[in-house]
Parts: sequence; structure tokens; C-alpha cells
Amino acid sequence: MTPPDDTGAAGRPAPAPGARRLTGHPLFWPAAVLAALLLGNVALTHDFLAVRVQNGHLYGSLIDILQFGAPLILVSLGMTLVIATRGIDLSVGSTVAIAGALACEHIATAQDPGSLSTVVTAIATALGVAAAIGLLNGFLVARLGVQPIVATLVLMVAGRGVAQLITDGQIISVSSGAYKMIGGGYWLTLPFAVLLAAALVAVTSLVTRRTALGMLIESVGGNPVASRLVGIRAAGLLVTVYVVSAVCAAVAGLMISSNVSSADGNNAGLWIELDAILAVVIGGTALTGGRFSLGGTVLGALIIQTLSTTIYTLGVPPETTLVFKALVVIVVCLVQSSAFRARLSRSRRPSGPDPAPAPGDVAARRQEVHP
Amino acid sequence: MSTALNSLAKPLHRFSVRHATRLPLMVTATLLVVMFTVGSLNYEGFFSAQVLLNVLIDNGFLLVVAIGMTFVILTGGIDLSVGSMVALSTMLTAWLVEQNGLPLALAVPMVLLVGAGGGALMGWVIHAFEIQPFIVTLAGMFLARGLCYMISTESISITDPTTTRIAQTRVLLPGGLFVSPAVVIALVVLALAFVVLHHTRFGRTVYALGGNESSARLMGLPVGRTKIVVYAVSGLCSALGGLLLTFYMLSGYALHAVGMELDAIAAAVIGGTLLTGGSGFVLGTALGVTVLGLIQTVISFQGTLSSWWTRIVIGGLLFVFVLLQRLFGGARHAE
Repeated sequence: MTPPDDTGAAGRPAPAPGARRLTGHPLFWPAAVLAALLLGNVALTHDFLAVRVQNGHLYGSLIDILQFGAPLILVSLGMTLVIATRGIDLSVGSTVAIAGALACEHIATAQDPGSLSTVVTAIATALGVAAAIGLLNGFLVARLGVQPIVATLVLMVAGRGVAQLITDGQIISVSSGAYKMIGGGYWLTLPFAVLLAAALVAVTSLVTRRTALGMLIESVGGNPVASRLVGIRAAGLLVTVYVVSAVCAAVAGLMISSNVSSADGNNAGLWIELDAILAVVIGGTALTGGRFSLGGTVLGALIIQTLSTTIYTLGVPPETTLVFKALVVIVVCLVQSSAFRARLSRSRRPSGPDPAPAPGDVAARRQEVHP
Repeated sequence: MSTALNSLAKPLHRFSVRHATRLPLMVTATLLVVMFTVGSLNYEGFFSAQVLLNVLIDNGFLLVVAIGMTFVILTGGIDLSVGSMVALSTMLTAWLVEQNGLPLALAVPMVLLVGAGGGALMGWVIHAFEIQPFIVTLAGMFLARGLCYMISTESISITDPTTTRIAQTRVLLPGGLFVSPAVVIALVVLALAFVVLHHTRFGRTVYALGGNESSARLMGLPVGRTKIVVYAVSGLCSALGGLLLTFYMLSGYALHAVGMELDAIAAAVIGGTLLTGGSGFVLGTALGVTVLGLIQTVISFQGTLSSWWTRIVIGGLLFVFVLLQRLFGGARHAE
């Protein structure tokens, strides 16, 4: 996973003069915020950045952030594509719960829970059902023209009930070495979840940036009417995007349930859709669609995960993370709002239009809040 | 011949157009009757007025919250913060009354003020900075829920004598029936909302705003002020709903009303309010809440079904009504 290293490289030279081109880079502010958060943590716990090898595995807070952040990165990845088409997918949290429930239910009732074939069938079932969920969302949005927020709301409401139905309202525990690998295993000294997330991010960015697919998605999000007039088949694209989002959420669900070796229909992936939206917005993808940044989303997800870790380190009740998240949402949205920037530049006309100070406030304000 | 056919087709067409917006409401009313009939035929003791009143007693707070939500949805917006706001008011009430010894008469206006103020603030941000309502109220949802946890992560139970006395009060009706004071309050709010929406200038502006915002602006309607007031109404309703829930539960807890925003939206949609705004009935919302409550009652009477079926059925109903809306929304646009 490269993003944290990027952070160090892009974030630290910030105070250097003449770095205007650097600060203009779309990933600069997310990276700077992440770097500031990490540095803040170093001030709190001195060996925060230390990574050591133990039993042939890498250990350390940074690795933890990556491992626990992997599901969020995946969900946000799918969400980014959906938001790029001017949509939103509220059903991902339920999909996370359903996927975990399906896989664990299958493994728990199988003859030999440890065998690879059982685990592969379990994963295939979960991904298949997730694809169907995505198809349903896509059908509602693309074919029937229902607003995305409403179309996905249906499964957000019903999905958790379905997950409970699958697990019969219980928390299903599984003991399967092969299944444990997805969320809790290690490969090449790194957590397998991190490698899996990195691979999916890499594949998605290759497919969207090396082919015309990304541009087509942006075109549909930017101006649906114009894209229809130039002959882009929006419906197929939209359905694909919702399927990808649901499948990403399902993989995240597998990771979460595998990491704790159990499926909890009620709490798995609770509020992850909101975290994912937050990650996407922090990453610089506007909710109005038409443009997306996968790198920004990954940084955004890591920022949220680091924020949660910081809260834990501080010993503040972890539930208060919500307050910090709310402040971040408000600040990021204000910065993105052109009306807000217009007001800001009007009030300080002499200095001219300068986008820099506003996002700087994000980091500054948050650093103030922490200690 | 063709003119005769035409003269017949025209009134038919006009009938369908005129009633298109009311059709979901009729479907809901029919659904309610069918559910009650099926319940009465299948379960002993189901066929009584008290069962229906119990639905209201158990869902009075949801009705109040859903009424606020209806205002917001009518303008074409959405308020995701209501569930958290309900939790925050239960928490605030419990904290003020129980841990700070404030009299209830002082705590109630404070809680209502916090709700209305929070709503107005969100409305102002939505209007002034042109940010989508969905994301602003999402932030509000995080903030309110987080504030609950800042007050306490534990449940605070209420032992204050005034509060418990009000909670145990029964409003007796003829025929040995009874309701809780919360039901009376909820019905008063419903009546107020009905009058405001259908018989005042503000109500008309709300509908106009949801129909077409730029037209409303060109007509010289106070778009910004109306938006802010609408979100303030929703905040006030959720604070009031939270107070009613406090009396119902006799405790404040940060995990109260998780997902209530979805129930409120579902109630409005099932009650025939168009999610794109501009069309809907607040009385329909009351029907929607009753449908949701009746689903719970049927499931509890059935006994073999678990509570999560409630969510699945609500989701299914939401699906059907969204499709219905799409069908008739489309017809409306074609017109």
C-alpha cells in the first residue's frame, strides 16, 4: 500500500515557499491532513510510526490503520464510482452485513469448515448475492429513473432485516483457518486484507484510467443528457457501477466477518455508508458527480481510520468520534461549496482568490481539537 | 364515432390525472383496512379499538417526527438528522432533569429550543452555501449522536416524580378505552401541521418550493426563509418526538431511535408524499405511521415471526411505493 508513503513525500514540504504547484495538486490537502494527523499521533505516542517484525509479520500502529481501514477503503472505492455518476449508494452497510452473514452461515453449516472448497463456495455465494443487490439498485436507478438516494434506501432499510434473517438473529461464529485468512491473515509479512484492498484499488484505477471507462462514468455524472446525445449508454454504465459498489461492499463484509471470525447481522458495517461517503468527499470527489479521484478516496478513508485510531489512543470514549466526523463533514463541504468560497473571497478581497487558507483550517482546527 | 370516444376518454384521463397524486394514499388506506381485517380474522383479541389505539401509543413519537419530515420532503429536501435529534433530546432531558435537578417545566422548552435551533442552523447552511440537504443533515446526524455520547455513554433512567407521573397518566376515552398524553400531543401536532400546510401562505410556499424552486424564486416567494423554517420545524418536531419518547421509555440513551429517520421517511413515502417534493399530504403520513405500527402489531400477534421481519416488510413496502410514485410521477410529468 503506497498512499501513506506518498503522504510523507507530499505533505512535509508544504511550508516550503514556492510550493504553489504542489498545493494546487488535488491530492495535496487530503495528504497534508493525513500527514498532520500522523504527526499529531507521533507527538502523543512517540513510537507511533515504528513498525517492527514479529513472528515474520509486520506489526505497528501504521499496519493496524491499514488493516482496519481496508474494508472502509473498499466500500469507499465502490462509493466513489457511484458518486461520480451523480448517485449515492446507501445500501452498502446492509450489503456488508448480508455478505458476512451469508459466508459465515455457509461455513458454519458446512461439513468441513476448514476446507478451501467450503470457503470458496461461501465467498462465491456472498459475492453473487451482492451482485444481485447491485443489479437491483442499478435497475431502479438506471431503468426506472428512481433517485439513487431513494432506490438504495429501500435495501438500507430491508437489508439489515435480511442479514438478521440469514443469521437467525444470532451472532454466528466460525472457526475456519482458510476464511480467517481474508481479514486476519498475513501474506508476505503484510496483512492479507491490505494486499487485497490494494489489489482491488489498483485494478479499479487501471480499468477506469487506462481505458475510457472512467471518462464515460464522469461524462454520465457530469451531464447525463449530453452523454446520451453523444451516444453513451448510460443505463449499462450505471448498473455496472452499482454492481461494482455492492461487490466491493461484499468483499469488505467478508473481511470484517473474517477478522472477528463471526457474523453480526445487526452491527456489521453499521454506518459504514456514511464513513464511505465522508471518505469520498474528503478525497475531493464532489457529491454533484462528474469527476472522481480514487487516490483521494483512499487517502480519505485512511484519514477517517487514523482519526478513529487517534481517538482510541487519546482515551476519549470512541463514540465521540462522531462529533469529529461531523465537524470534518461540515468543514469539507463548506470548502467545496462555491457559495462559501465566494463569501470568503469577498470578505478578504485584497488577498485575491486563494483556495489555500480554507482547507488549511481543516488541519488547524482539528489539531486544536485533539489535545 | 371518434368524437364520442374522445368525449369519453377525456374525462377518464382527467380523472386519472386528478387522482394520480391521491392514488398512493388510497392504496395505503386500503392496505390499512386489509391488514386490520386479516389481523382480526387470524388472531384472537386483535379486533378491538384498543389495538389500534395501542399502535398510536407505541408510535406517537414517530408520528411527530414523521410530520416534521413531511415538511422537509415536501420542499424536496431530506432530513437524516431526526433519529439522532430524538436521541439527543431524550439524553438532554434525562441529563437536565435527573443529573442537574432542573424542573421539567424548564427542561422541556430548553430541549425544544435546541431542536429548533439545530434545525434552523442546518437549514441556513443548506440555503446559504447551497450544499445538498442530505450531506448537511448527515453531519447533523453525526453531531447529535456524538453529543449524546459526550453527555454519557450509559443510559440515564429517569426517576423524577413529575416525569414519571406524566408518563403513567392515561387519557380515558368512552368505552373503557385509553390513550397516553403523547397521543393527544401527536394528534394536536398533526392538526396544526394540516392547517399550516393547507391553509396558510407558508404552507403554499412549502409546496411551491418542492414543485419547482427556481419558479418559486421567480415568483418572489421567500425561498431561503421558508427552507430555514422548514428545517427548524423538522428539528422542533424531532425534539418534541424525543420528549415523547423520553416519557415512553423513562430514560435517556444515546442508542434510542437508531434508524428512526428511515422509519420517518418510509412513513411519509407510504403516506403518499412524493420524495421529489411538491406533492403529498400530512394526513397520509399519519396513515403511513399507522401502517408501520400495525406491521409490528401483526408480527407480535403472530408470535413465530421475529422482529427483524418488521424491517424487511417496511423495506418491501417502501419498494412498492417508490415504484408507485415513479409510475404516477411519470404520468404527472407526461401531462
